[in-house]
Amino acid sequence: MRLPLSAIVGLVLTGAFLFIGLFAQFIAPYPIDSAVGGVWEGPSAQYWLGTDTIGRDIVSRLIYGAQVTIFVALASSILAFSLGSFLGFFAAVRGGWIDQTLSRVVDLVMAIPSLIVALVMLSVLPLNLTVLILVMGVLDSTRVFRLSRAVAMDITVMDYVEAAKLRGEKQGWIIFREILPNALSPLVAEFGLRFIFAVLFISTLSFLGLGIQPPLTDWGGMVKENKDGLIYGKAAALMPAMAIAALAISVNLVADWILSRTSSLKGGRGG
Amino acid sequence: MHPVLKLVVQRIALGLLLLLAVSAVIFLGVEALPGDTAQAILGQQATPEALANLREQMGLDQPALSRYFSWLGGVLQGDLGTALTNKADIAQSIGQRLGNTLFLAGCAAAISVPLAILLGVIAARYAGRWPDKVISGVTLTTISLPEFVAAYFVIFLLTQVIPIFQPVAMVFPGMSFWAKLHAVALPVIVLVLVVLAHMMRMTRAAILNVMQSAYIETAELKGLSPMQVVWRHAFPNAIAPVVSVVMLNLAYLVVGVVVVEVVFGYNALGQYLVDHVTKRDVPVVQAVGLIFAAVYIFLNMAADIIAIVANPRLRHPK
Repeated sequence: MRLPLSAIVGLVLTGAFLFIGLFAQFIAPYPIDSAVGGVWEGPSAQYWLGTDTIGRDIVSRLIYGAQVTIFVALASSILAFSLGSFLGFFAAVRGGWIDQTLSRVVDLVMAIPSLIVALVMLSVLPLNLTVLILVMGVLDSTRVFRLSRAVAMDITVMDYVEAAKLRGEKQGWIIFREILPNALSPLVAEFGLRFIFAVLFISTLSFLGLGIQPPLTDWGGMVKENKDGLIYGKAAALMPAMAIAALAISVNLVADWILSRTSSLKGGRGG
Repeated sequence: MHPVLKLVVQRIALGLLLLLAVSAVIFLGVEALPGDTAQAILGQQATPEALANLREQMGLDQPALSRYFSWLGGVLQGDLGTALTNKADIAQSIGQRLGNTLFLAGCAAAISVPLAILLGVIAARYAGRWPDKVISGVTLTTISLPEFVAAYFVIFLLTQVIPIFQPVAMVFPGMSFWAKLHAVALPVIVLVLVVLAHMMRMTRAAILNVMQSAYIETAELKGLSPMQVVWRHAFPNAIAPVVSVVMLNLAYLVVGVVVVEVVFGYNALGQYLVDHVTKRDVPVVQAVGLIFAAVYIFLNMAADIIAIVANPRLRHPK
């Protein structure tokens, strides 16, 4: 099988972002929080993308920002997935009042835009990494719940699940050994989309000043710090903005490719 | 009762019930989270006596449920309480800002809806060919950008590269309509970009869906031009899904407006909300959150009702 060009570009870029995030401490040429040059210097051999609003190296901050952005987004989408898919499968297998209760609660949370719910919650909660990951993960798990419940509903009526039930397998076995392996491919593509959503979400929160707090930084926060420079024609704020866009687009390309592969697989099976 | 009317009434009742449940989540959910309003006002150094006094004064020693009902009663009469930070009447502060938000969102809707439908029709007409590919490619890129990133690209482009606009949007009472319109031009462009993509893609999908019907083939076979087929035969049948798509995306403006207002320092409801989240002014956040939620629920409900009225098949659910 040959990889389409868009998938290669997506995979390489996504891999590069992950690598940069993982080894930020070793790659970044300057420390995250020390002013090394003048304010808003232009790009030079010393500071590749120039310096920011208080003279810190932009490249270094972008690299450290990648680490925080990717870590928070990854942690919250993993939380959203574990919580959402487990409850979704559980609701589909058990049915009855458990399914009804869970589904209505999810309807209720999804009846308000996530950003508004998050803002209301963050008006009382302390602002730290754990709280941000929990809030984003729990809010996003509602979407995963809907998808995995729908997928599991289709699978629970399959003969092999029926057979497992008749064999007397326990619910844990049915969820983890019968449903999960068969629901994996649509869920993997969905994971990519949820990850992008989390990146955009944390960036937006940080931009509003309600996400990552100094001395840590992420890309959304960097846009906020440097936005005033735009009026004087200093493009510092555009660098983190481009990083957000590049990460979102490259993960999107990978997710698209996985999605098209899994649907053609289904076609091959005669479904 | 007429069956359609009955469904519509049912849908409205469901919407009101949802709004009630959301108000309970916004009020009681915040209560359930760890965090102490009295402590937030007085700070860490407050004595236990001062805390107890303030709690009693604010009614915080009452059980949460009874405070919820008195809050809800107040909201229904237009009394949203007073802000913790400056003791201002919340309903009054919201009043002026709501108008500004509606003006911004209204301008964005007035431009994006016709534009999205037009582009959607063109993309569907040339499905798979270059106009479709260009439109789809551009909209796919804007979809993957958060609102504030799109905003700064637009600001940089239209105030620095091609300097035709001011980077801040100031409106104040007494400004003429045209002056206001000029002031909000940049934020409107950003909002249009953000919602246009979703709206246009869903319009295209709705029309392509109709294009597979037998009567479209008949129209093609009797020799109508492709544009005539799309406008005269496909579009009228796609109106119902398109209208509900438009409504759903206007609901999306609710979120977009919050971020875009902060970007441009536009003095309206979204900016007011974010400011008071930072100040941890819970009553203001609850009130504004409820308003945004209500608008969102209303638009979703309107989308459903239009779909029910326009599509007879939805009147007989299985």
